This record gives sequence, C-alpha cells and structure tokens, in this order.
Amino acid sequence: MMQYLEVFAAHYNYFITIFLMISGLFIVIARGNLIKKLVGLSLFQTSVYLLYLTPAKILGGTAPIYDGSYKLYSNPLPHVLMLTAIVVGVATLSLGLALVVRIKEAYGTVEEDEIFAKDPEAE
Amino acid sequence: MSALSWGAAEPHLPILLVIVPILGALVTTFLRNSFLAWLVALLVSFTLPFMTIQLLVTVLKTGEPIVYMIGNWEAPFGIVYKVDQLSGYVLTVIALIGAVIMPFARRSVTAEIDERARSWYYSMYLLCLAGLLGIVITGDAFNAFVFLEISSLATYVLIALGRNRRALLAAYQYLIMGTIGATFYVIGIGLLYVVTGTLNFDDLAGRLDAAIIDPGQRNAVVTALGFIVVGLCLKLALFPMHVWLPNAYAYAPSVATAFLAGTATKAAIYLLVRVVFSVFGAAMSLENMPIGDVVIVLSIAAMFLASISAVFETNAKRMLAYSSVAQIGYITLGIAIANQAGLTGSLAHIANHAIMKTALFLALGAVFYRIGSVLYSDIAGIGRKMPLTMAAFALAGIGLMGTPGTAGFISKWYLAVAAIDEGLYSVVFLIVASSLISVVYIGRITEVIWFREPSAAAAQAREAPLSMLIPLWLLVGATFYLGFDTRATVGTAAEAAKVLLEGVR
Amino acid sequence: MFTSLFAALQNVPPEDLILAALLIPSAAALLIPLFHRVPNLREAVTLIAAAALATVTWSLYPHIIDGARPELKVWHVAEGLNLAFKVEPLGMLFALVASTLWIVNSIYSIGYMRGNNEPRQTSFYVCFAVALASTMALAFSANLFTLFLAYEVLTISTYPLVTHKATPEAMKAGRVYLMLLIGTSMVLFLPAIVITWATAGTLDFTPGGIISADGENALSPPLISALLALFVFGIGKAAVMPMHFWLPAAMVAPTPVSALLHAVAVVKAGVFSILKVVVYVFGIDTLAKTGAGDWLVYAAGFTVIMASIIALRQDNLKKRLAYSTISQLSYVVLAAAILTPISAIGAAMHIAAHAVSKITLFFAAGSIYTAAHKTEISQLNGIGWKMPWTMGAFTVGALAMIGLPPTAGFLGKWFMLSGAMSTEQWLPVGIIVLSTVLNAGYFLPILVRAFFVEATPVALHAAGAQAAHPKHDDDHGEAPFPMVLALTITAAMSVLLFFFPDVALNLAKLMVAGG
Repeated sequence: MMQYLEVFAAHYNYFITIFLMISGLFIVIARGNLIKKLVGLSLFQTSVYLLYLTPAKILGGTAPIYDGSYKLYSNPLPHVLMLTAIVVGVATLSLGLALVVRIKEAYGTVEEDEIFAKDPEAE
Repeated sequence: MSALSWGAAEPHLPILLVIVPILGALVTTFLRNSFLAWLVALLVSFTLPFMTIQLLVTVLKTGEPIVYMIGNWEAPFGIVYKVDQLSGYVLTVIALIGAVIMPFARRSVTAEIDERARSWYYSMYLLCLAGLLGIVITGDAFNAFVFLEISSLATYVLIALGRNRRALLAAYQYLIMGTIGATFYVIGIGLLYVVTGTLNFDDLAGRLDAAIIDPGQRNAVVTALGFIVVGLCLKLALFPMHVWLPNAYAYAPSVATAFLAGTATKAAIYLLVRVVFSVFGAAMSLENMPIGDVVIVLSIAAMFLASISAVFETNAKRMLAYSSVAQIGYITLGIAIANQAGLTGSLAHIANHAIMKTALFLALGAVFYRIGSVLYSDIAGIGRKMPLTMAAFALAGIGLMGTPGTAGFISKWYLAVAAIDEGLYSVVFLIVASSLISVVYIGRITEVIWFREPSAAAAQAREAPLSMLIPLWLLVGATFYLGFDTRATVGTAAEAAKVLLEGVR
Repeated sequence: MFTSLFAALQNVPPEDLILAALLIPSAAALLIPLFHRVPNLREAVTLIAAAALATVTWSLYPHIIDGARPELKVWHVAEGLNLAFKVEPLGMLFALVASTLWIVNSIYSIGYMRGNNEPRQTSFYVCFAVALASTMALAFSANLFTLFLAYEVLTISTYPLVTHKATPEAMKAGRVYLMLLIGTSMVLFLPAIVITWATAGTLDFTPGGIISADGENALSPPLISALLALFVFGIGKAAVMPMHFWLPAAMVAPTPVSALLHAVAVVKAGVFSILKVVVYVFGIDTLAKTGAGDWLVYAAGFTVIMASIIALRQDNLKKRLAYSTISQLSYVVLAAAILTPISAIGAAMHIAAHAVSKITLFFAAGSIYTAAHKTEISQLNGIGWKMPWTMGAFTVGALAMIGLPPTAGFLGKWFMLSGAMSTEQWLPVGIIVLSTVLNAGYFLPILVRAFFVEATPVALHAAGAQAAHPKHDDDHGEAPFPMVLALTITAAMSVLLFFFPDVALNLAKLMVAGG
C-alpha cells in the first residue's frame, strides 16, 4: 500500500496529466454538444502542456536565468515548446468555435444528435 | 534543373521552400481581388517544384543529405532542415501536385466559393502548402508537429469553405479527430524528450539505441512509439481511424479535395516512415511492439472494407474518398512489410496514387463546375456530353485498378513481390482480391457515366474549359507514362528505401 | 506487284517488321475516328490496315522458317519488368492466323454492320483495331509481363465490343465478361507471374522453361502443380471450366465480334498463353518429369466433355457455337497436357484449324441473323435451300469441328490422338473419341434440319422463338454479298488447310524442336 502511495507521490504530476487527458478525451467522445466537445479537446491539450512542463522542473534547480553562482537550472525549453503548443491550441479552439457558430447558423442547433436528426446523411 | 542558376538563393532553398508560400499567403490576405490572389498562388505554386527538384537532384547526385541550420544554430541545439532522398521525393510530389492544380483552380474556385471568401481560399491553400512542405523538410520532431498543425488548421478552413452545409460538420469532425491525432503525436514526442533530452530526429535516433536497452527508460520509449504511430495513423486515415476522410473529401470544394487527396495524407505517411525507420529504426519498431503485424492487418482491413464501401456509394466524390482510404492501406501495407520491395512499392505509390487520385478528383471537379453535382443520379450519361473529361476519368480509373501499363500496376507489383519475399502468400492474394473490388466500383461509375441515358442535369452539360482539361490530361498522361518509365518514381523510391532500411543514424 | 512488294519486304530487318505489326493496327485505331463522317473511307482504313498487317506478318514467316528469332526490346520498365518482343514459331502461327482472318472479318463486318444498321460503328472499328494491336503484341511477347500487358489491353478493348448493343442484357453480359476475365487475371494470373518472378528471377520465355524442379531455384512438384493451376485458371480467356462463363455471355455481341474475337483472337490468346506458359515457362520436360501437369488432363478433359454436353442442349445457335468453342479450346489444353511433342504439334495445328472453321460457323450464324432474323436452331428448318452458300459453308465448318477429312480439323485431331496413343495415355484418347461423337451429335442435326426438313410456316413455330424474334420472316434470300464472300473464303481455307498444311505444320514442328 505504502509502495503505491510512494509511487503516486513521486509522480503525482503524471497522474494529474493522465487524469486530464482521459477526462478530456471522454468529454470529446461522450458529449454530443459541439461546444462541450471543444472544451474536452482543450482539456486534453492542456494535459499535454503539463506533460512537458512538469518534468522541466529539475529538483534542486533554479530559474533558468544564467548566473555564475548557480550550477543547476530548470529546463526552459519545454516552456518554449508549450508556448507554441498553447498558440496552436488557441488557434484550434477559435477555429472550432467559429465552425460551431457557422453550424448553428446552418442547422439551428449545436447538439450533435439533433443535427443528425435533421440531416441523417451527414453522419 | 540543375542548370537553373539560383545564385545567392541556392544554399537557402530549404528555408525558402517554406517561406515563399507563407509570404504568398500573407500577400493574398491583403488582396481582395480573387483573380490577383489566384495569380499570386499560381506564381508561388509554379516556383516551388523547381526548388524541390533542384534539391532532390542534388541529393540523388551526391548521395549526401542537404542539411540547413536555421539561424546557424547547430543541431541539436537549433532546428535543422534536412533533405534526403525520401524527403526530396515527397517534397517534389507535393509541389508538383500543387502546381498542376493551380490553373484548374481559377474557374473552380470562382464557381464553388462565395465571392467574399475566394481570396481567403488562396491564402489558406498557400498556408496548407507551406505546412505540408514544412512537415516533410524539417528535421526536428516538434517543428514537425507545428507544421502538422499549420497544415491541418488550413485544411479545416479549406474544407469548411465548401458550399454544402455538411462541409462545416465534416470540417468540425476532422478538426476534433485531427487535433486528437496531432496531440497524440506530441505526447509521444514529449515522452521521447523526457527520456533523451533532444528533439532532433537524427539525435533522437542516436540516443534511443541506448535508451531502449535501459530497463528504466524502456517503457517510456515503447509508449512513445505507440502514441506517435497512433497519432499519425489518425492523420493519414488508416482504418479504423479514417472516419473523418469520406465526408471531408466529399463536401470540400473540388479543388481542395483534389489537392488534399494527393498531398495531405502523404505528408503524414512521410512522417510515419521517418519516425519508424529513421528515428526508431525498423528493427526496434518492429520487435518492441507488434506494429508490423497490427498495421498489416489494419491495412488489409482498409483495403477490403473501404473498397466495399466504395462499391455501394452513390456520391462520386465520397466513392473516391473511400477508394483513397483503401489505397492508403496499400501504402501502409508496404511500410509494415518493411523490406526493400515493400518500401519501394509504398513510396512509389505515394506518387502514383497522388497522380491518379488527383486526376480523378479534377475530372469530378470539372463535372461539378458544369452541373453542380456529383451524385450518380445526376452524372448519369454525362460521358457523351463531356467526352474528354470523362475519357480522362475512365483512363485514370483504369490506372487505379492496377492495369499493367499504368502507374498503379507498378506499385501493386512491388507490393506483391514484397509479400512474396517475406513468404506472405496469403497477403499477395488479399492484395489482388481487393484490387478486384476496385474494378467493381470503377466499372460501376463508368457504366453510370457512359452507358446510361443522360439525366436532366447531365443533358445540359458542355465540355469542360481548357484550363481544366489541360491539368487533367497532364496527370492522365503521367499515369500512363509512369507505368512505363519508372525511373522517377521507382528509381527514387528504391534509393530512399535503401537509405531508410540501412538505418540512417 | 505483290511479289515485288513481298521481295522488298524481305530486305526489311525483321525487328522493324515486328514494330510495323504493332504499329499498323494502333495507327488504324487513331486514324479511324478521323473518318467518322465518311463511312467508306473509314472502312477503307480498316481494310488497308488489315491487308498491311497480314503482309507484314507473312513477311516475317520466311525469317522464322530460316531459324531466326528476331527480338525487339522496347523499354525497361522496372526491375524484372521489360517491354520486349520476340518472334518464335508458335507466336508466328498465332499472328498469321489472327492477321489473315482480320481481313476476312473486316469484309464481313462491313456487310454485317451495314446490313443490320448498327449504331456507333466508328467506335466499333476503333476497338477492333486496338484489340488486334494487343493480339499482335500478345503473339510476339517475349516475356510474361508483355504478355500480361497485352492480355489485359485485349480484355479492356473488347469490353465495349461485347456491350455494343447497349441493351440491359448486353450490359449484364458485359459485366460477367469483364469481371470474370479481369477477376481471373488479377487474382490468379498476376500472382502466378509474381511467384514466377520471385522463384526464377526472370520472366523471359525460354525454351526449356524457367521453372525447374532441381537446381537452386527449385520448386517442389506440388508447388509446380499449384503454380500451373494458377496459370491455367488465371488465363480465363482459355475458358477452362469453371472459368468459361464469360464466353456464352459474350455472345450478345454483334456476330463479327463473336467471330473474330471469340472464335479467334481472344480465345486463341487464352490457349496460346497457356501453351506458351507450358512450353516456355515450365518446359515440357519439367512437367513430364515431375508429373505436375497430370491434373491438367483431367481438367481439360472434363471441360471438353462437359461443354459438349451443354452444347447439345442449347437452342440458340450462337450459344451452341460458344460451348463448342469452349470444348474445342480445351482440346488444345488437353493436347498440351499430354506432354508429348506430337500432341504439341496437334495443339498448334488445332489453333489454326479451329480458328478458320469456327469463324466460318459464326459468319454463317450472323449471316442467318442478318438475312432471316433467326437465332434459334429450331427456326432453321429448310434454310439450307434459301441460303445455300451460307449453309454450305456451315457444313464445311461443322465437318471440320467433327474432325472429318478433307477439312482442317482432321489434322489437329490426328496428331493429338497419335501423341496420346504413342505414350499409351488412353484417357485422352477416350475423351477425344467421345467428344467427336458428341460434336457430331450437336452439329449434324443442324445440317439435317437445314437441308432435309421442310420449312414450317410461321404459325407453327415455338412460342418462345416467336416472342423473341418477331421480325423473322421466311421470305428471304442470301445475306449481303460481303458476308457471303467472307464465309466462302474461310470455308475454303478450312479445306485448303487440309491439303496445304505446310505453314502451320512447319511452325508447329519448329516449336517442338526447341523454340
């Protein structure tokens, strides 16, 4: 028992990542509301940010600003990478929402089952 | 091509390949006149093949890859663009397809897309082109993700510009699935980064050899491989992750479909090949996870189930979309068999299928331009009204079936030889049996086009304009030419396969 | 004038003659649409092309008899795949038969198409020219790839000919035709070629064969058997049962199509390919030594007998001829399966003999349809007196099918029987004898009806025939002149081939002597 708690404590960042990943994916699959799907997608993408950022913190490392008196720094690269990923995520989200607006205009609803009821061939 | 003097630009060709279309996209954003926008897109599209061919020819001649360091930062500290036999080949295919489609696009876009959105179409198209070229040319794993998303986002917009409201749903569904796929890919890269500390493909390759042996890191590497492969298979529409493709291709504007069918999935296939063979190495990929066996099974499932779905379709574009899923199955089959003949066949099929499928979609685009529909009920009997267009369609269809004398046969031959070389006799028969199903759906649409009474819509059709016929027949001519002169496709593909199987480290 | 033309052609290098043989029908295919509006010029193109092609092929004949085997390497497509041509005796024989009969068939077509006012005649002649071009390519192919390419082009170019009438019935038949032929070639023939390449490392036709049972690329006898089966059933054009359904289905085509293509070009392409595979890919010795070809005797024999039995029960004349063709084709396969040189000679001779005889029979059938609009045998009472030339030719053709002297069919059967008896294979002997009796059983009644039964008035005809052919009349004469001319020529050839068999016999002997 203690063993498992130890593993959990040592890697709690990964467990949170996994939790967010799974919940995000679940929302995408299980929810029929188009906006909620996008929310789930964003949640899923957020988990990835954590996946990159959390290992970047080196235990005992300081902020990555060069100073002669420090030897160990946390890794700044993943932060940079995730800035890019966040931009991609934002772009995706905004594009998705724009599409949802247009779908609402075209179909009158953002519920997936209602849309397919109106237009069965679109499935 | 090498006689073309690029002058001072020559050493910077790799980066120019990406910058030029991005700049083009920027310029077209400010152009409200769609003709000018088209002109810019045309100029860009015509310049790019020369650049890619220059790069490919240089690589083939010297046998050494071209490495371009961005900002003069050396790998693995900076991002590096690398052109070797494989990437040069795929770059050329993408650039050529883009160039051939552009003359066709002018009338087609004018007919199918709202006036306000027309120049936006060209911006998005150029961004998509930039993204696809970037995926292929980059040597950095995360950079590949960025370009993957650039091209995908542009693709979602391209699809959504279709007239039918179902295009919006198709784009949305593609967005959801595509983002999940890309995110899986980036999760895999993240795990690799945690293990090795680098993102450069070559550097990863070097460090993974050590990492896979270390029991503490082995799980992470294997999981990363799994995530990356699944993510990319979502992007390249391997069965059963192909669900987004039929609707996306069916409801997108005709030019967009023609372009995407020939290029978008191929870039993802390139990335898959690069990761599996260059980064992980064939031995590692195939022995640590049953990727080979799983992909073989899924490929065969794709070949059969998608072909059968195509037989029952009544929308011509959707039918060709399912056919594309089946053909992608052929490509992944060769990759999974992973011997010289298999890789050669798959890589050759990247070009061959792009040419044939683009020709078929262009023909349908011309039909849509004339009568506004591609449903079987509407295109019945249109063969007599648009003989040149439909003759091209029939000939490209013959190529798709794999008739000897066409490019399609060459790919099938190499795949069959690959299966026999590995002793997979049942796979040989499965390959040819699924080709037989393609005969059925091509035969069915040919019957509809040529042997039925013209429908009300078809009766009013006229032959397509020259700007549409010329690109179409160029591609059809290429289909037959490449069935005999295979030096460009098979020759290059064989070289690339050799390099990949040696495991470039 | 022709002799000096001939002499001039003797000095042309044979490689150029091969190229000419391929280009002439292809050029015709391109030229014919240009004369779409001037039917007489359009037909002239076909006739001139056919005459030119025959001249070229006959000019190659002396070279082959002298022992030359001219080659034409066109293009290296990919590793192992070469587009190359090489003339050897069997191919020469096939090319001679096809090109000579094209002239006669073109004369016949003109009469038939105009006599029946058939639509879309331009595309008809174009497809015909393409079909002949691919037949030439097939006859002269130097390796399995070139053969396969020509084989597929032949299927595709004959599909529009089969569905020419464009009725729902024709479309359905066209589907069966296409699916069966492409199906067999894709699913069985192509894998056989790939396996051959993988095993032997080459696809070139080589005297003695490229597959062997010993040596470094050896295959075990069961595998050789299996490979042979893939070839035999994959080459669907040879109509070995159960890959025969396409042939009766193709009878919906206009009769010139049935005559040249489904009595000569397409079906002979099938058995020619099987013969080539047996002799030049496997090698007669290999098959004889390993016994891998033994099952073929049974398969071919079954087809011979079964097809004849089904023929007995057909009332539609063309369908009866179709099943007769299936049966006769398997004679050739049976002769090859006997695996003796003499029977191989018989196989080659039968290719020529059956071609001229069957085309006569089909010409006659089309002639009857054009003049009297009759298609069923039960309607043919007394027709021999109204159409003496047609039925005379039919008689000659029928006798040739049965194998009686002085018709060509006798020689082929004679050699086949000799070959079988010389190696004491009594089953083939029995099959040949039995089928000869069956042939008589379904041909002689037609002759009896035509000449010795009184023509019945319209009202007493069978109800089914009445409904199917409302237009048939009893007050008719002979068919149009071009048709009668054509069938008289081929009937004469059937008899002449008996008295002057040298061309066919020499080529057959050369083939057996060692390619």
